[in-house]
Amino acid sequence: MKNFRSSALLSFFLLALLAGLPCWPVAPIALAVTEPQELLADPRLESEAERIGAQLRCLVCQNESIEESEAPLARDLRRAVREQLREGRSEKQIMAWMQARYGDFIRLTPPFSRLTALLWATPLLALMGGLFLARRFWTRPAEPPTLDPLAEQGDDD
Amino acid sequence: MEGIAPQHLRALQPAAWQWFLSPENGHFALALACAFACAQCLLPALGARLREPRLARLGGGLAWSQALCLVMAFLCLGTAAVQDDFSVRSVAENSARAKPLLYKVAGLWGNHEGSLLLWLLVLALCAALLATTARRAQLPLFLQARVLAILGGISAAFGLFCLLTSSPFGRLLPPPADGAGMNPMLQDPGLAFHPPLLYLGYVGLAVPFAFAVAGLMEKRVTPRWGGWMKPWVLASWGFLTCGITLGSWWSYYVLGWGGYWFWDPVENASLIPWLSSTALVHSTIAVEKRDVLKSWSLLLAIASFSFSLAGTFLVRSGILNSVHAFASDPARGVFLLLILGVISGGALALFAWRAPQFPAEPGFPLLTREGALVLNNILLCTLCAIVLVGTLYPPFVQLLFSRTLSVGKPFFDSTTIPVFLLLLLLLGIVCALGWRYTKPASVLRALRLPALLGCLAFPLALIWLAAFPPALCAALAVWVLGATALALLRRWQVNRRAGRAHRSLPASQWAMALAHMGVAVSVLGMCGMSAARHDIVELPVGGSVSFAGRCWKLAAVSPVQGPNYRAERAMLQVSRPTCPTNAGKPFLRLTPERRFFPLQDQTLAQVALHITPLGDLYAVLGPSRLLATRHGKQLVWVLRLHDNPLAVWIWAGGLFMALGAVVALLGRSRRPAVAARGEG
Amino acid sequence: MRGPLGRRHLLALLPVLAFLLLGSGFWRMLHGLHNGQFDPHAVMTPQLGKDVPSFPALAGIPLSGTPTVQGAGTGIDTGIDAAALQGQTGPVLVNFMASWCIPCVAEMSQLKAISQVLPVWGIAYKDRVPRVAAFVRRNGQPYARLATDPDGRAAVEWGVTGVPESFLVMPGGQILWHGTSALDEATFRREILPLLMQARKEGRW
Repeated sequence: MKNFRSSALLSFFLLALLAGLPCWPVAPIALAVTEPQELLADPRLESEAERIGAQLRCLVCQNESIEESEAPLARDLRRAVREQLREGRSEKQIMAWMQARYGDFIRLTPPFSRLTALLWATPLLALMGGLFLARRFWTRPAEPPTLDPLAEQGDDD
Repeated sequence: MEGIAPQHLRALQPAAWQWFLSPENGHFALALACAFACAQCLLPALGARLREPRLARLGGGLAWSQALCLVMAFLCLGTAAVQDDFSVRSVAENSARAKPLLYKVAGLWGNHEGSLLLWLLVLALCAALLATTARRAQLPLFLQARVLAILGGISAAFGLFCLLTSSPFGRLLPPPADGAGMNPMLQDPGLAFHPPLLYLGYVGLAVPFAFAVAGLMEKRVTPRWGGWMKPWVLASWGFLTCGITLGSWWSYYVLGWGGYWFWDPVENASLIPWLSSTALVHSTIAVEKRDVLKSWSLLLAIASFSFSLAGTFLVRSGILNSVHAFASDPARGVFLLLILGVISGGALALFAWRAPQFPAEPGFPLLTREGALVLNNILLCTLCAIVLVGTLYPPFVQLLFSRTLSVGKPFFDSTTIPVFLLLLLLLGIVCALGWRYTKPASVLRALRLPALLGCLAFPLALIWLAAFPPALCAALAVWVLGATALALLRRWQVNRRAGRAHRSLPASQWAMALAHMGVAVSVLGMCGMSAARHDIVELPVGGSVSFAGRCWKLAAVSPVQGPNYRAERAMLQVSRPTCPTNAGKPFLRLTPERRFFPLQDQTLAQVALHITPLGDLYAVLGPSRLLATRHGKQLVWVLRLHDNPLAVWIWAGGLFMALGAVVALLGRSRRPAVAARGEG
Repeated sequence: MRGPLGRRHLLALLPVLAFLLLGSGFWRMLHGLHNGQFDPHAVMTPQLGKDVPSFPALAGIPLSGTPTVQGAGTGIDTGIDAAALQGQTGPVLVNFMASWCIPCVAEMSQLKAISQVLPVWGIAYKDRVPRVAAFVRRNGQPYARLATDPDGRAAVEWGVTGVPESFLVMPGGQILWHGTSALDEATFRREILPLLMQARKEGRW
């Protein structure tokens, strides 16, 4: 019983941790800019532009963000992101601008919808499913301590 | 003709060895290997069924014959490639005269046909090695026969696939004057050895798979069964780890983006079997030591090999949308899918039939080594599920709903990192846990110090990295390192106090510590990389710029002639102080290149790297252009400069993990008697 | 637990079911790859059913003296902008092309055929006027209007990811169809013609 409670507690803890999933920020590292003039003068704004660009897919290449790609279209979109940032538009507005033109496909993080619910639920489902299946291992009462745990460890080879 | 002397004519004729290693003989050897594989599939299985030892013993010989035939086929293909025989289609399509010898050889497995031949060769060698070591491992004859038969069946299926749809020995008449060449991006020593290592891992997983199916057929899985399977699991896992590490290193310095993992579908296709085989390594330990998690290990063994097969299928069928995928051919895809259906579908159906007949296993408390292993398996399988679903979601959404969407790096980062943090937490706790029962108080006592270390590391990391998630990762990595090192120390003290005959710790302890610390080291590297900086500048020759607390001066740009490319090589002098003072002597010279491969009409940047344990300096040479200035036109070069703290730790950690597997394997091979334990 | 289909049996069946689902999905994908109904490289942009985006007015290319195909528009008009598209009385096929694009040459014969039925307006993506003029002189001139989009800004507004791409625009400016590859007769008959017939039946033009 005690073990069952502890596994329930554990699942609750995992749930709480996973609830905060989509807000984990991601550090962009890659960059394919070939013209320094493209970069914004303000380094804070530039890093913002790189962060937004890393979440936008280059449409003509496979699985690269526009920040990583050397394709001309990616360069145009980089420029569009930076122009709009300079005009003071927010990340949300820029994302909406991109999505209106290129659809969900351009977002490397798929937006949550009925279509992507299963995708976003996968971590939680897998974790809960695993804990559910494994719970029968843990419901047994603990054996009485017969041996010193360190000596017990010693026999594992 | 009359002008040619007979001795000249003789010179035109191929030498005997050249005839022997001709593509036709290679094709014949491949067909012969296929026949041997069929025999290896049928005869030992029949022997095991009829309990006829003479038939069952045939497996080893057949496996060796098959392996020899495939070595011969491989040599034939190698000869054609090294001798620039462009009448062989796969050579003409992937090689060229001007290609350096190393890449002529490495190019053998750089394409679909050749890589399939290597796949077959590795599988046959695994079967032959298994047959040879069977006696030493005290493997029962009929179990061995069943395992060899299953491996033979897999070989036969892939041999037929190779012969019927993608023979590497097809001729091309008339032969072209020169080959089409190889993608210059792949012409790199790191990438030359990346595919064979990965294949060793993928194909090695066939052996645990065969053990699992044989176990299901015999309806008997014992701790010894775990012991027989474990070295193969460890070896394939080690090779997979090495292969993935090398691939990641390659993308770090060849792609020139400064990144090390891009969550590309093809990268994911290798990560999925790695994650499931990592889970398998751990669950096999539970089978071997405590006789629990048996059905689960069977399923994992089947799943791991199925994932590597599915990866082979996805990469070659054209379904995945990736930069790395092979040229796709739906006909090959259909054949591969059929193989996958028969092998994996058959094994899973057998599992569904037999696994419920296994007796129920005893339970155990959560706070034990077994409990931690279960938790570890849950977390690893969750990671595996995330990567699998994320990779397959876009094609399935398109198939079912005709909508396109992308699942990329930001999604995978944000979903896998939290689960991975839990795994790190567990890696620390497991050090304090024993088998069967552990007193909660002793766990708390053992983990006090590592927890304190982690708590101390957190604010420091927060100051250094200036971001919450990487700082949390770094603190957890310190906690893992501390807990693992302390546990080793304590075990050693206990051994010494007990005055045991051999004071040294068992190899498995070292292996576990190495692998777990490797994870922590990799994580620290990734945390460091999250603080990486870069800058893009334009410099004329002689100009300099301050970046990352150093002065970078472009001293010269000169042309260079390579074996199959022309290049411009920049000479960058890096000195300590920032530029205005400009008094320091350069402590470092970096020579990034920009290479032009005329055959492919492709320009590639050759990164210049300066590696130190604390961080890498990384420079990429970009294009040049004429800049109008007041003094007339001036030629300027685009340079991308990176400062990547702790970068090399990422791959060092990967090597530590693989080293863990090596130590565990060596430790096992030193104690022949141990396998006998646990059966009674 | 003991029954023919106890809990453990059901659990053990789960992997098989998952495998069958995945396998049949892969099978259908391969099938679709073969007959062209499944394309993992397809980019589906969300323009269908929407109005023509507002984009900077594009300057037309004067092409005096070039032979126009009979029945096509009465000659090259001025440039292209959203208002001009919305003001049309019949459907227009907007075709993004470029002089350096090889599939654009391949689709030229089909464009000529289409130009017999409805006007085709060409937008040269990131191209220069003399090159476009030469391209049209060499490969034929199906366009009722031809304009350049020198910096690709209009293409971004339209959600164009590469050339050639075509849009079928109805009077009033609604986008009825969008194609992301070179036009051929099969595509025209299968996808565009039924839409045109339907719109005609509904009396939209």
